[in-house]
Amino acid sequence: MPGKLKAKIVAGRHLPVMDRASDLTDAFVEVKFGNTTFKTDVCHKSLNPQWNSEWFKFEVDDEDLQDEPLQVTVLDHDTYSANDAIGKVYIDIDPLLCSEAASVISGWFPIYDTIHGIRGEINVLVKVELFNDLNRFRQSSCGVKFFCTTSIPRCYRAVMVHGFVEELVVNEDPEYQWIDRIRTPRASNEARQRLISLMSGELQRKIGLKVLEMGGNAVVGYLQCFDLEGESGLVVRAIGTACTLDKLSSGSAPNTNTHMHPNTAPASNACNSPSKDGKEPVFGEDLTSSSGPPTPFRALPTTSSSPPPFSPSKPCSRQSSSSDTDLSLTPKTGMGSGGSVGKEAGPLKTLLRQQTQTALEQREFPFFTLTSFPPGFLVHVGGVVSARSVKLLDRIHNPDEPETRDAWWEEIRQEIKSHAKALGCHAVVGYSESTSICEEVCILSASGTAAILNPRYMREGCLDIGITDHRFEEPSPPSCGFCHIPYDELNMPFPAQLTYCYLCRRQKVPDVLFTTIDLPPEAAVTGKGCLIQARLCRLKKKAQGEVNATAISNLLPFMEYELHTQLMNKLKLRSMNSLFGLHIQISVGENMLLGLASATGVYLTALPAPGGIQIAGKTPGELSNEHHILTIQKRINDTIAKNKELYQINPPKLFALDPEVFCGINMELTEEVVGSPIPEPRQRSRLFRSHSESSDEVSELDLSHGKKDAFVLEIDDTDAVEDIHSLLTDAPTPTGFYSCNTEIMPGINNWTSGVQMFTSVRVFRLSNANLTNQGLNKIFTDLCENLLKSFYFKLRSMIPCCLCQLNFTVAVPEEELIQVTVTAVAMTFDKDQTQEKTADKPPTKGGSETEEQLQFPLELCADSSSANCQPTSKISGVPESTNVSSRDRCSTWLELLRLKAHTMRRGSVKTSRRTQSLAHSVSSLERCSPLPEGRSRSLRSSRSFGGSSVTVVKMTPLSFLPGTRIIKYLGIINMFFIRETTSLREEGGVSGFLHTFIAEVFSMVRAHVAALGGNAVVSYSMKECMLMENPNKNQAQCLINVSGDAVICVRETDQEPTPSTTNIGHTSASATDEAT
Amino acid sequence: MTMELDVFVGNTTIMDEEVYQLWLDGYTVNDAVKVRMDGGVMEECEASADVLLSDTMDQYRTFQMCERLLHSPSKLGNQLLFQIPPHRQAMLIERYYTFDDAFVREVLGKKLSKGTKKDLDDIGAKTGVTLKSCRRQFDNFKRVFKVVEELKGPLVENIRHHFLLSDKLARDYAAIVFFANNRFETGKRKLQYLTFQDFAFCAGQLISNWTVGAVGEPSVLFPSFVCYMDVDLDKEFLQELKELKVLITDKDLLDQHKSLVCTALRGKTKAFNEMETNFKNLSRGLVNIAAKLTNTKDVRDFFIDLVEKFIEPCRSDRWTAADIRLYLTHYNNSAHILDTFKHQVVWDRYMGVVKSCIFKMYHD
Repeated sequence: MPGKLKAKIVAGRHLPVMDRASDLTDAFVEVKFGNTTFKTDVCHKSLNPQWNSEWFKFEVDDEDLQDEPLQVTVLDHDTYSANDAIGKVYIDIDPLLCSEAASVISGWFPIYDTIHGIRGEINVLVKVELFNDLNRFRQSSCGVKFFCTTSIPRCYRAVMVHGFVEELVVNEDPEYQWIDRIRTPRASNEARQRLISLMSGELQRKIGLKVLEMGGNAVVGYLQCFDLEGESGLVVRAIGTACTLDKLSSGSAPNTNTHMHPNTAPASNACNSPSKDGKEPVFGEDLTSSSGPPTPFRALPTTSSSPPPFSPSKPCSRQSSSSDTDLSLTPKTGMGSGGSVGKEAGPLKTLLRQQTQTALEQREFPFFTLTSFPPGFLVHVGGVVSARSVKLLDRIHNPDEPETRDAWWEEIRQEIKSHAKALGCHAVVGYSESTSICEEVCILSASGTAAILNPRYMREGCLDIGITDHRFEEPSPPSCGFCHIPYDELNMPFPAQLTYCYLCRRQKVPDVLFTTIDLPPEAAVTGKGCLIQARLCRLKKKAQGEVNATAISNLLPFMEYELHTQLMNKLKLRSMNSLFGLHIQISVGENMLLGLASATGVYLTALPAPGGIQIAGKTPGELSNEHHILTIQKRINDTIAKNKELYQINPPKLFALDPEVFCGINMELTEEVVGSPIPEPRQRSRLFRSHSESSDEVSELDLSHGKKDAFVLEIDDTDAVEDIHSLLTDAPTPTGFYSCNTEIMPGINNWTSGVQMFTSVRVFRLSNANLTNQGLNKIFTDLCENLLKSFYFKLRSMIPCCLCQLNFTVAVPEEELIQVTVTAVAMTFDKDQTQEKTADKPPTKGGSETEEQLQFPLELCADSSSANCQPTSKISGVPESTNVSSRDRCSTWLELLRLKAHTMRRGSVKTSRRTQSLAHSVSSLERCSPLPEGRSRSLRSSRSFGGSSVTVVKMTPLSFLPGTRIIKYLGIINMFFIRETTSLREEGGVSGFLHTFIAEVFSMVRAHVAALGGNAVVSYSMKECMLMENPNKNQAQCLINVSGDAVICVRETDQEPTPSTTNIGHTSASATDEAT
Repeated sequence: MTMELDVFVGNTTIMDEEVYQLWLDGYTVNDAVKVRMDGGVMEECEASADVLLSDTMDQYRTFQMCERLLHSPSKLGNQLLFQIPPHRQAMLIERYYTFDDAFVREVLGKKLSKGTKKDLDDIGAKTGVTLKSCRRQFDNFKRVFKVVEELKGPLVENIRHHFLLSDKLARDYAAIVFFANNRFETGKRKLQYLTFQDFAFCAGQLISNWTVGAVGEPSVLFPSFVCYMDVDLDKEFLQELKELKVLITDKDLLDQHKSLVCTALRGKTKAFNEMETNFKNLSRGLVNIAAKLTNTKDVRDFFIDLVEKFIEPCRSDRWTAADIRLYLTHYNNSAHILDTFKHQVVWDRYMGVVKSCIFKMYHD
């Protein structure tokens, strides 16, 4: 008897009128858990009944506690006929089973009915008492924490990342063809809701068991999905990353800003760390000291990834790639490490790497559902790996058992693993799985990013977010290290143009980089990012069974190829060189396939500038054609130029001269500090110079949209013309707006408090019977573009604002319908970036990035200091008071630079002087920034409003809320609802029906979070929004599944949790109001 | 691109005040889109007509869903379906209950019944208010009337408390309820020149001086025992008004009154002669109105009587507003000096209201 569940029914309000005669209701409540049911008294003739019941006690196994929801049913008492149900509330009590989460559930819950929607509210109190705390993990896994967040949750530190966990449960679907069935839809829908609630409870418990087996205590990046297979059953599956998390004491907030001085890791660490056992605190003392004032001379060497001077390998020649590649194994043999080893000398490292490899290879699947990582975790990124497979659901031998589906997924995961190996990587990060089902055909998809991870994170006791980057060898600087290719240069898995990294100049980088993860916060980025989408429709013949499956299988590679081409073109059109958060969805319908790829384009400073797009005609002879091509070419060039301006992509051109000096200094310093004899430093710096010269050429090329590097589009037929047109018809985002589909927007990191999460659904009916692929593409593209335009318009009062985590989902619910569902969050930000940098601890992940970026502007300033110094004269008018903070930070920078200069003096006097002037120019730049407009707005918007008794709950698909600090995770929210109607017209058609339903779902999520004591949902997502309609019968039905993490967050400045009726939610709206 | 389905739902409900006003004014979606286009909102964010249409539809849907809650505004504060910041809630309520003066002028004093509702299309046509908006306004009047009708306590407070309205709006509703309850005649041709605000002012005067609730504050000790109603006139007071008749029936008293007033007025106004000649007529008029108020029918005609018996004669003699003020002040005060006149309290209670009503009503 490991647990006692107690529930108390307090009161109801706003109940519907159930008795027409009296216009009142005689309500009572049934409380059910498992097979036990309690009833309250009937509260006669009241729409606001006060039951104030006793505590209903359920004595149950903790296994049941995990699986079952508490079921609260409100009924209208009827003396003569059967009691009428008013509605139900399902309360997931999982958060109460974890000591660190919520301790009581108490609050008003909307009473929900599948036909009538929300009908009043009920106030419920729930508590759990768990017994024999020690020996309770057998069938149950109470206490394992679940997080939807795909990064290490804010108030925890990861002690260890164990790896991939997955589970899948199958059951018979109570109803798979709702409209044709005879039984009452309400009964079957309620059965379905309850079943799915049970199944996800069971799934979570089973995954929890696996985590405990691995020695972990939490699942991060938990992703649960439903497959409504129809006749073969209902599948609930989930994947996640098992971790051991440690709660940070409430006083010390997780310092997300560990990169204040990202290069402070001692250089020597990199090589003299022979520790085989990560637990050994080899550098313990060293670490604590380095967290103090930075020691610049040590700092610098790590920015360059130069091999440690006394490393046994060949010293410092033009890298040891050639020799190492000899040793390297070809990817197919499974090691795949050669390529990466190629850039890092030293057998010790190879040893470590091999350790990791074995550590990871012992695991069945070295997959991680995380998309952002503690600093230093990610070493290199190879590229996107994905696998798809088409299956026939009616071929499942034993549909009630999970074996067949398990085997399917196993197969796909193996494929992903081997793809990763081919890229020279031993792990897959940002991993996700999805399905698309149409009748009996099912497409299973999996994708992720092949990567090389830091070995230390795989072993016990060495992972610490706070100071990680000091502890680990720093094979390459964090701002560019992950871009360096992990695969073998001479044995590349795919054709790519490699160049030396534009940041460190030491290692090779590809010309473009695609990933499914978030942009690492420490990455160096030029300009801002933007959402890039590729959209594609392909018609297919209607078919059955095997034929159909084969047709789809044959189409898939073409679709992937075309989506890829589109992405590449659009990327170049925006003058960017990498994609983050890439998500490719392929959806199957009866007569067509839809493909939608979304990603956030970024200009990574480490990667070469993209060449332009060149149009070439196949028949150059024709004059008219030539002219046509010329005009298109001009349009493309104009667009590229415009985009560069829009996204502020100005790769530092002067930089090309600078880093050489920079590197030179590094090297000389290394030499001095470590005192190792590097034979020809001069020669080496010359070597670097030659690199930078080559980069000069590139940037020149880039200006003219180059000839060599240009991407050539051939116009040989009308299709190509169409393609180019569609390429150019993507409307630019209106001024004041930015968009991305990742956690953080590259280039923006000073969020203000305005937050508006929204969901939008559109369904388009294809009316034309004779549609071509071209026509379909156009329709689909317009559909997506119009959606975006609509968002910009609706949210115009939030400008300047960024749409983050734009998550598009496409579906073909019926033969002639295309459905697009979008969930995203609009966040306001401060236009003036420099001001916000002064904040001592930026709340967002992006915060750390500013420090990184600064390095470049700094170098830039140095060379153009004469120009930059001029504005100083103009600044006098700026009021002093606004600059206090900025001067403060300047002084720290000055100190830092002075220190730098001091150490440099020994090497070269000339450079030190330059650094001084550099510091001046920086401070002058900082000062001339005026007080931002956005800031004053945010101040205004934070005024409070009194009165309301309803807790404001903010929701966001991101893992954080700007301007706030998460102080507690209260548990996972995972809710599934079905809504049906038989009076579609009366409810305002499908739009009215769905609008109400989505609003209801939001309100139920908010109510549950508020009852847990929370005031926000982070990592919110709408996994499923499946709409079926039958207008002729005046009927419709919709299923929605949402999930997220319930949290308590406080404003950055506050220490104590704000009371339940905080006004944080209002601020967003009031910011919205300002402009209306 | 017309959509089969097109919805946008924000966690914090997004509402555009401009669109809300269009919705309240009864514009159809298409008309609203036209108005917005002309308003230049398109240029603001490079929007197209499609975008505008979709946005307008979304907003209209949201308002329709909210309308149910707006019918009992206190629910809006603790409902869970829409997350609306309190100041936005206040705006929604205030705007929803705001009415057109032109419209309310037409229904003022009429019975808020189905019969009147049938005439709404005529009223709409006459006032230029859309039928939809007429219905909303009419239903608001009815709803407020129904709730407040049976409630004890001060009328304005009750309205403000139950409907969370601003003081100004609550006072206007009190006037509407008061007029509807007492069925004051306001529709006659002679009263057409009066605006709603004129009547609202008069209603305020009547409510605060002539109803049962006006007599005194509820006792602190037994607030529940003081069951006064603000909606009905004080019957006792109306009875007492009959006593004022002595001012015109007693010839001595009438002459005395006249001479007192004339002495005071002499040399102070150009209209002195007219005042002197008309004194008896005017005095008879005012006192007769008072004496007749026990009849419900005559209560209804209170305003028309004021106009016919006092305002019109004065206007035909071209009295200025200052003349009226001067005359009525002395007319009222002089009665106190009459030693045989014993009904000073009732006289003041009556004349105080009549005076301020006439001041308000004496204009073109």
